[in-house]
Amino acid sequence: MSSVRLAWAAALVFAVALFPLPWYAGRSTAALFLLHDRPWLWPGLACLAAAAVTALVVPRSGRWLVALAGAALVLLLLQGIAIGLPTTTWPIAAALFGTGIGQPAFGLGAASAIVAATLLIALGFARARAFNADTTVALIAVAGGISLGLFVFLPLLRVLLDVFVEAGRFSVAVALDRLAAAEAWGLACLAGGVRCGVVWNTLLLATLTGVLSTLLGLALALLETRGGLARTGVFRALAVLPLITPPFVVSLSLIVLFGRTGIVTTILWELFDIPRTRWIYGLPGVLLAQVLSQTPIAFLLLSAGLRAIAPSLEEAAATMGARPARVFATVTLPLLRPALANAALLGFVESLGDFGNPLVLGGEFDVLATRIFFAIAGARHEPGRAAALAILLLGLTLGAFWLQERWVGRRQYTTIAGKGDAGIPAPLPVGLHRLVSALAWPWAAFTAIVYAIILFGAFVHDIGRFDLTFTWRHFIEGFAIERSDFGLHFRGAAWDSLFTTLEVAAISAPITAFVGILLAWLFARTSFRGKSTLEFVTLLTFAIPGTVVGVAYVTAFNVPPLEITGTGLILILCFVFRNMPVGVRGGLAALAQIDRSLDEASATMGADAATTLRRVVLPLLRPAIVAALAYAFVQAMTAVSAVIFLVSARHNMATVYIVGRVEAGEISLAIAYSSVLIVLMLVVILVIDRVVGAARLGRRTAAPLLRVGA
Amino acid sequence: MIRFDSVSKVFGATRAVDRVSFTLAEGTLTTLLGPSGCGKTTTLRLIAGLELPTEGRIEIEGRDVTAMPAAERRVAMVFQSYALFPHMSVRENVAYGLIVGGMAKRAALARAEEMLDTLGLAGLGDRQPSALSGGQQQRVAVARALVLRPRVLLFDEPLSNLDARLRRRVREDIRDLQRRLGLTVVYVTHDQAEALAVSDVVVVMREGRIAQIGSPRDLYESPADPFVADFMGEANVIEGELSPGRDGLARLAIGNHTLDVALTRQAVGRVRLAIRPEAIRLALPDGEAGLPGTVQRAVFVGAHIEYEIDTPAGQLFATAPSTEPPVSAGATVFVGFRRAIPLG
Ligand SMILES: Nc1ncnc2c1ncn2[C@@H]1O[C@H](COP(=O)(O)OP(=O)(O)OP(=O)(O)O)[C@@H](O)[C@H]1O
Ligand SMILES: [Mg+2]
Repeated sequence: MSSVRLAWAAALVFAVALFPLPWYAGRSTAALFLLHDRPWLWPGLACLAAAAVTALVVPRSGRWLVALAGAALVLLLLQGIAIGLPTTTWPIAAALFGTGIGQPAFGLGAASAIVAATLLIALGFARARAFNADTTVALIAVAGGISLGLFVFLPLLRVLLDVFVEAGRFSVAVALDRLAAAEAWGLACLAGGVRCGVVWNTLLLATLTGVLSTLLGLALALLETRGGLARTGVFRALAVLPLITPPFVVSLSLIVLFGRTGIVTTILWELFDIPRTRWIYGLPGVLLAQVLSQTPIAFLLLSAGLRAIAPSLEEAAATMGARPARVFATVTLPLLRPALANAALLGFVESLGDFGNPLVLGGEFDVLATRIFFAIAGARHEPGRAAALAILLLGLTLGAFWLQERWVGRRQYTTIAGKGDAGIPAPLPVGLHRLVSALAWPWAAFTAIVYAIILFGAFVHDIGRFDLTFTWRHFIEGFAIERSDFGLHFRGAAWDSLFTTLEVAAISAPITAFVGILLAWLFARTSFRGKSTLEFVTLLTFAIPGTVVGVAYVTAFNVPPLEITGTGLILILCFVFRNMPVGVRGGLAALAQIDRSLDEASATMGADAATTLRRVVLPLLRPAIVAALAYAFVQAMTAVSAVIFLVSARHNMATVYIVGRVEAGEISLAIAYSSVLIVLMLVVILVIDRVVGAARLGRRTAAPLLRVGA
Repeated sequence: MIRFDSVSKVFGATRAVDRVSFTLAEGTLTTLLGPSGCGKTTTLRLIAGLELPTEGRIEIEGRDVTAMPAAERRVAMVFQSYALFPHMSVRENVAYGLIVGGMAKRAALARAEEMLDTLGLAGLGDRQPSALSGGQQQRVAVARALVLRPRVLLFDEPLSNLDARLRRRVREDIRDLQRRLGLTVVYVTHDQAEALAVSDVVVVMREGRIAQIGSPRDLYESPADPFVADFMGEANVIEGELSPGRDGLARLAIGNHTLDVALTRQAVGRVRLAIRPEAIRLALPDGEAGLPGTVQRAVFVGAHIEYEIDTPAGQLFATAPSTEPPVSAGATVFVGFRRAIPLG
């Protein structure tokens, strides 16, 4: 975009921010008519007006523009935060402007003013010859930075600060107390007590999930790549399933199988008089569910790792006289170590972030994610306690990510060299072959049964009580449509949440993919000061567990100046900022394959950055865009942890509705709804794939591997 | 005209280009020559606007372009990898710059077609770039650059992907085109033969600085220092005492041996001299004084024979046409110099 056009665009946005758009949410008065009795709006708007005029009349204004527009942005945000509800207005504001003042949250007008300030800052940087002197680059970077600040870091900061607040007072001692609380760190269970601290629970569960899923994934991967089997497609098919199922669906199936009235439990009772118990509710059940979800991902990682080992290495060892068992122990396994570490850490991190399974199956066994939820949504609303638990969870997750980056982050990228390696992978030693077969096949069968239950259970009376008469009842209850005089009437109980979910997913997925790819391009192809910080921060948002994001959003956006709790907007923002880093990673990987000289050739032929993006980069990135779209869509449809805080009666999401049905004991309806979701997602992914690009579905698997919690 | 005025480009700790100044005249072909990593590509990218200088000033045709982005400079560049867009046909590739510049699509495609004709690529317009040979891709890249009628055309090692025979032809094509259209061309290579063959002016670079600028003949015959001498074809660097001799020759004393040599320029006293391998004579006519030496090695490489000879002046590398009688390893010879280049 040319500098002059951007200046006019900014001025126009600023003008409508003043008039006619309503400045406050839920009011209709434009800023122009508020100025006379709200002096605190003056400084910010004056700076902004000055910046807009400067942009239009002084073509060489660079630094001044940045300074003026930057000041406007800060002043506008500051007045919004300082003067909110009359009860929370900062003392200094009260001293300046009189006590008892207050104002509603930002509306369209205020939002436009912030947009105008952002545009002007970007323009100023471009004119000051920063960001390669290109307005597009400046715009992407500045808008990206400001929105990350507003929608990731401010809310996070806001909720984490709650740890210091006790009854309206600020106290470091309280914070330390909360962080060291026995609830988190207690060791009573070792001394024969009932429960241990929730941190220990979480760590135990995550470690077990990481180790077990890696071992099972290894067995499956070995059997696939070295087992001499003709058809191993079944493993791959099973591997895709967890990627498109809401995380707690596995738990539902486990209840159906092993609950007190479950199928297996009933069979054992009838045949062997083994008493019915509730063993599945607690550590064993949650662990089983998480391992079921995580094993396929470990399988994909390890299978890729095994394929990346050049067979000639193993052949070389064999020609030197090593027997198969020795080749495996001395060559294959050591080479696989980075992939193993990676799979285990990923399992660990996924388990930390998982909320759905512990919620459904946890019983008395609490983990950090569920405890945070109940601290906020439970009978007693305790934001301080929730903040402390959130800090602990965030710390664990960041620690794990840090380990992963340090340990294996770089080594993942070793792949087969370009030249063809004609060797044949070494066959498995006989004993090992038996062992992995004994593990892999039953596990694959078990996984298949777990998913089959979901489809099957949707069509029978009450699979939870072993009543297997065929029925459409659950579908009718959830998805009935009636024809009335006024047209179709969606009477089923599930329609509302399904429509909301589809709408939110359909809006947020393209935004997520687009923004992610743009940022990836920014990071891969341009250089400016602060780029590495912005990149680091973008990818870091990915490590924040969903529960923490949920708490942060619901706390920070429940009050002016940004009051969007309960709207559909908060759901969309949440998904965009949570899933965007995956688009960034996918885009970065794809851009690494595209020679930079293509962009440069375009530039030397007279194309500015925006044209190059549109005509050269984006067409070449189609596969990455498809992957990001599919991922963002699936995530928006399956996520629970963050959105459970954010839904409202008007904007309910499918997953949250299903969790509600489970808690109300309506397992069959939950199962029917889940199966509808899974089928729907398959259809949508196929359609995205068809419409947007010729990319194969297979390429997608790389992205969801990076998923953290849901 | 391209003018660099004390231009530097710093990447972190590396000074890729270090206070470089030069002026390249309109309508000439200049090559940038130098060992790997000396800053040739960076210099070219500074001209194109793909890098902005850390300090200094760049002018093109009298206009200060120091901070002007690449898209506005009207400088075309042919990339080493050609950088043809894989998602467009050959014709669309060539028309790209015109369309981006605002020309109607139909007119742009017609112009592209003409340009393809001019470069002998008629009929290939509908193909994808990947369906062309290396030489054809190279010409498409040139067509794509030329169609914009650039003020300056840049080539970064344009021949490195081609085989030896095609190289010579494409090199001549580029030279013809440059002369015909009166283009200002800057050409990067690290092959000195290529540089000597095509350029009006050669810029030899070393560690980000200019070692010497001049016509190919100047650089070959009077290099400024041992580095340039060695880079412009191989050279033996020896040290000796020069004094005026007879018949316009100079007298060169090395240790207690003396011999007569022709100099490329006047010099007396203690100097370093560069001797080209082909300027060394092995079999001296009777009565001429020479350096005694022992042939260490003799290698037949086709058109000539390469010798390594131990002499009091150090080990010398010499070549002789294979039509002359060969000398075998171990033989004792008397070595003379046809021509010597005094180094500054
Ligand atoms: N983007 C960059 N970041 C950091 N260093 C760079 C960058 N580009 C070039 N350099 C460094 O600058 C120096 C000059 O690089 P340049 O590419 O100009 O060399 P060159 O003469 O073209 O070499 P070659 O003949 O190998 O292509 C090198 O030391 C190189 O490592
Ligand atoms: Mg180079």
